[in-house]
Amino acid sequence: MKPSLTLLALALFALPAEGWAKTLSVSTGPDAQERLQTALIEAQPGDVVAIGAGRFDLTEGLSLDVNGVTVRGEGTEATILSFKDQRTAGEGLLVTADDVVLTGFAVEDSKGDGIKSKGADRIVYYNLRVEWTGGPKTTNGSYGVYPVASSDVLIDHVTVRGASDAGIYVGQSRNIIVRNSVAMYNVAGIEIENCYHADVYQNLAMHNTGGILVFDLPNLPQMGGHDIRIFANRSSKNDTPNFAPKGNIVASVPVGTGVLVMANRAVVIFQNILEENQTANVMLIAYPNPFNDPRYNPLPRAVTVRDNIYGRAGWAPALVDDVATQSALGAGALPVLWDGASDPSAPIRVTDGGVLSLGLTSAAEGVAAAKPAPADLSKGKAMAEPRRVVLPQSMEALVR
Amino acid sequence: MIRLATAFVGAWTLLISASPPPPRVSLPLILGETLPETLSDFGFFTGPARALRPSQGVVPYQLNVPLFSDYAEKFRFVWIPPGQKAHYTSDGVFTFPIGTALIKSFGYRADFRAPQSDVRLIETRVLLRRANGWIALPYVWNADGSEAYLKRAGKRIDVQWTQADGTPRAISYAVPNANQCKGCHDLGGTLTPIGPKARNLNDGEQLNRWVRQGLLDRAPPSAPTVPKLSDAHAPLGKRARAYLDVNCAHCHNRLGPANSSGLWLDWGQPDGVTLGMGKRPTAAGRGSGDMEFAIDPGHPERSYLLYRMQSLDPGIAMPELGRATVHSEGVALITAWIKSLN
Repeated sequence: MKPSLTLLALALFALPAEGWAKTLSVSTGPDAQERLQTALIEAQPGDVVAIGAGRFDLTEGLSLDVNGVTVRGEGTEATILSFKDQRTAGEGLLVTADDVVLTGFAVEDSKGDGIKSKGADRIVYYNLRVEWTGGPKTTNGSYGVYPVASSDVLIDHVTVRGASDAGIYVGQSRNIIVRNSVAMYNVAGIEIENCYHADVYQNLAMHNTGGILVFDLPNLPQMGGHDIRIFANRSSKNDTPNFAPKGNIVASVPVGTGVLVMANRAVVIFQNILEENQTANVMLIAYPNPFNDPRYNPLPRAVTVRDNIYGRAGWAPALVDDVATQSALGAGALPVLWDGASDPSAPIRVTDGGVLSLGLTSAAEGVAAAKPAPADLSKGKAMAEPRRVVLPQSMEALVR
Repeated sequence: MIRLATAFVGAWTLLISASPPPPRVSLPLILGETLPETLSDFGFFTGPARALRPSQGVVPYQLNVPLFSDYAEKFRFVWIPPGQKAHYTSDGVFTFPIGTALIKSFGYRADFRAPQSDVRLIETRVLLRRANGWIALPYVWNADGSEAYLKRAGKRIDVQWTQADGTPRAISYAVPNANQCKGCHDLGGTLTPIGPKARNLNDGEQLNRWVRQGLLDRAPPSAPTVPKLSDAHAPLGKRARAYLDVNCAHCHNRLGPANSSGLWLDWGQPDGVTLGMGKRPTAAGRGSGDMEFAIDPGHPERSYLLYRMQSLDPGIAMPELGRATVHSEGVALITAWIKSLN
């Protein structure tokens, strides 16, 4: 057979039904806003939107609503999408399609959230940076990366700094992995809220108000968060005073919290390095506000804390502003702080360190009613732990 | 610059008598796979483009409560393929047949105190019901109003006008991009119209007119209705709920783009946390304005829903899109309503 025919045959064979996947390249320069948004609109499934190196000064939020598109920059220090002068939209980049990959760029100074994805299944956030460049400020946007209402979420090698709520936030989703990521100078470093099945591991959370949060809130479409594993993370020196706008639940997070679990069922915290957190390395509490939602359970249930490596913690629990009271509460400098509320049928079990209980039996009681005393939560039978989260191989293959 | 409506009827008559038959709406373009580059391709209008004189079968309609769009004046038209009809439903948007086009143009008069003066057209948004669903296309008018061009990436346009009270206003008007169209026109992941619902079309006469014109299969006397905001005789609560329904609920409903907030402001939503009463911020961030509740009944000053309506900061403002000014009249209405709650 002649070579040319072979090539032709191969070419025909390789041709996908919908035509060649193509790369839409966007470089800096005049009209970058329009060219970038146009590429995000005109991309077809399988296409790559390749954003060149340099600084893109964007005035409008960007959005992507095409399944199967990869948005790729040339690196988190090379391709910078700056939203310093943003005039519209609640986030820098909004994704509302499935099977999207975001990789190799930075989002800076968005007015609202950095990157939000909603109803975006099998989304991959890989090698990204989201940052508010002026340091921690109440006027910074809320969430750095913000997948919500999605199934199969991978966040890997993502760095977020300065979020006035949570750096890496996953809400009302299921089947989630957050790993190899860095969260610094946020109110909450990493927050898993109202989620089912999440693995959070090999992350670094430092200089936030609280390092890693597992929350469940009432009056939302998806509630009853469960099956969350927090392991092999380092959460230390979370020493940034809370700068969240008041009214938001994270505004109540005390400075110096390593890992905080509020409500939820079946949570395991193990083999983390937790240190230099003035309130506690691990804090376990019920939802503190009144609520009217019969479907909601405010208690943390079946929570296991084991095999963590603890450094100094708990010397001044910042549950109140008064420093003398903080010192009194922190006299024992215990690594684990518990409000005292529990469900006997699904107990909390702590086997790796001392627990300070506030002795509150109901979520509605305030700190003023606390009767702090050490508690032993190491007895009782071990609860079954959540299974490992497995994402589709197609997603894992993208980050190998 | 042009004049709309009655002022042109005389001139049109002359034009029509001297020109070939008016163009017809192009059903193949509505149904096709293409994205026509110019608005005139569709043939929705006849005569000078900027006059928006509807072609045969293109019917103007009005809503009781329009979405606030930076004080732009809006001109709405519907076209349904001959021989077909929309199907009435009492609650949601009517079911429109394949081939339907909804055409909405936005423009400004330089001086709102002169209602007969010229309108500068800014954009025309077209919703097309194709075989596999609705698509949304934004067209932006050129300076002399002779043509509107497809701008899927959106556009910024400086607009000035004088308010009815004589106050001059100047804004950077944002034509939404094609994705932002879906940002509002989304219901459970499907692009859908928002306005043409029974309650918002029913002004006592319009539904019957649609039936007579062959656009709608039926208009039961029991059809619901929402009051116009200017209707001082209508109860405050009804006017406020109609305002929230139209301005917020396209996202803030059980299936809409903002459903995960748990704040649902649609017309049928009962009083309570989902309607914002005692609703704490979920992902509001700076939008909370240091307040605890979206609506604190009796206390507009402690209700962050109002705070967000009064902000122009993209990290705070609601709605997120299509608002570069504060709607003072809407703010006044919602303030009065929250104050009246207990």
